[in-house]
Amino acid sequence: MAIEHADVLRAAHLARLGLDSDTEAAAYVDDLSRILEMVDRLRAIDTEGVAPLSHPLDATQRLRPDEVTETNQREAFQACAPETSDGLYLVPRVVE
Amino acid sequence: MQWETVIGLEVHVQLATQSKIFSGASTAFGAEPNTQACAIDLGLPGVLPVLNEGAVAMAVQFGLAINAEIPETSLFERKNYFYPDLPKGYQTSQMAQPIVGKGEVEILLDDDSRKRVRIHHAHLEEDAGKSLHEDFHGMTGVDLNRAGTPLLEIVSEPDMRSAREAVAYIRALHAIVTYLGISDGNMAEGSMRCDVNVSVRPKGQETFGTRAEIKNVNSFRFVERAIEFEVERQIELLEDGGKVVQETRLYDPDLDETRSMRTKEEANDYRYFPCPDLLPVMLDEAYIEHQRATLPELPSEKRDRFENTLGLSAYDAGVLSSTRPMAEYFEAVLAVCGDAKQAANWVQGELSAHLNRENIDIGNSPVTPEQLGELISRVLDDTINGKAAKQVFAALWNNEGTSADEIIDARGLKQVTDTGAIEAMIDQVIAESPVQVAQYREADEAKRGKMIGYFVGQVMKASRGTANPQQVNGLLKQKLDQA
Repeated sequence: MAIEHADVLRAAHLARLGLDSDTEAAAYVDDLSRILEMVDRLRAIDTEGVAPLSHPLDATQRLRPDEVTETNQREAFQACAPETSDGLYLVPRVVE
Repeated sequence: MQWETVIGLEVHVQLATQSKIFSGASTAFGAEPNTQACAIDLGLPGVLPVLNEGAVAMAVQFGLAINAEIPETSLFERKNYFYPDLPKGYQTSQMAQPIVGKGEVEILLDDDSRKRVRIHHAHLEEDAGKSLHEDFHGMTGVDLNRAGTPLLEIVSEPDMRSAREAVAYIRALHAIVTYLGISDGNMAEGSMRCDVNVSVRPKGQETFGTRAEIKNVNSFRFVERAIEFEVERQIELLEDGGKVVQETRLYDPDLDETRSMRTKEEANDYRYFPCPDLLPVMLDEAYIEHQRATLPELPSEKRDRFENTLGLSAYDAGVLSSTRPMAEYFEAVLAVCGDAKQAANWVQGELSAHLNRENIDIGNSPVTPEQLGELISRVLDDTINGKAAKQVFAALWNNEGTSADEIIDARGLKQVTDTGAIEAMIDQVIAESPVQVAQYREADEAKRGKMIGYFVGQVMKASRGTANPQQVNGLLKQKLDQA
């Protein structure tokens, strides 16, 4: 599978990554193409009858009892927020 | 051209857990902003989500209630998008292997017939926070208390063919989740939110038309109106030679219209992938059977039993099983009085009228089911007549006595069935009404039937409503026709 300049720009936009220049984008075209080459090689392997691996650990999810264990730590959390007001986190205006 | 409407729904049900789906923060409604948003909900570095067993149990109970398959393994995935009320940059959700597989919900149509709506699947996910766009010095305020609240998203197949069917489906879901007690079902507070997929196609056509998705419709009435508007819009568009665009639309209840919400040319690309922080969820047979054992009788089962075993009409059975508090009240009344038809009439008649008038939920009724059951028993055993029963009910409602028997005794409402006493009252009324008696005796049989009402009224009045009306009628006729 070939990856092109436009694909890199799109992926960067979806991930909200700013690419400084066309040279940087070109470097990603190269890197990502090599990763996809490896994926293609993996794809060539016959996996008929092998269940998809959803997690590398051979373990299952532990469940937590439905109890409230957290206390209000708003002040501590908001100490590292750039801006707050009336208990709210403030962010640049979102235009709907 | 004849058009057919095709509707599918995605309903988000907020689960009634104490704590969030992946953290121990409280889910209580109405707290001060951000006082219930912990490090996990905020997506701070180094935290690890741990799945809430309560949310899993509720999802499984729902699955069992709709006869769905519950797969042994389910997975959590990340749905990636950027929005300020989603601090992690992804919503933890399920896609490839949801916790609840294919199932079925029975809905009750307007003509009391039933229809099955197929459920594609239901999955667990976390809710996002809330963005407040009022002016905070030109900025947006974010409250993350709701972030991480467990949601069960129930996805139907496109099986509904009218706005009324869609409403019947949501009512059926509402009844199931509230019977199960897995959600308070409060639509005004957002505990049930619907995304509606609507398309139209020429009648008889196999393939579906292009659909529009209407987001976040939050009442039964708005679902119906939003669909009706959207169907009309699409038909007009198509009949004018236009094309329906696949898009997300928003229903505006004030203007009673839907309008386009996202006009971005770029389709959403959520780049789902398995969440590395959460391991596969394995549910064994024993766990599922344990959940099955907790299931109450479900609304459709109750409806069947009310209709088939208790002999109620389909309509009565539907109304009385529509909510769990209503069904439980009715059954408690029935347990005391033993007459299903009478219990149904009183609950849907006198009781519902009083509840509606004063806007009280049946669970908070000032008249207990035991009190109403005893009152009905006194009608059934002829202690009081129907007229007196209404007086007793009103007295119970106003807390002017603790039981029907007490009120009947205190007010002397016991029905007079003693023939001698009734005859004495009749003789007096006849003696006091010479003009009416003369008119009656001159009239023909047809007119007499109407005229006797006057005398019955007078005798009932003389008895202060306690005489047995059938006896009064019979004895009056005898005496008047005698001469």
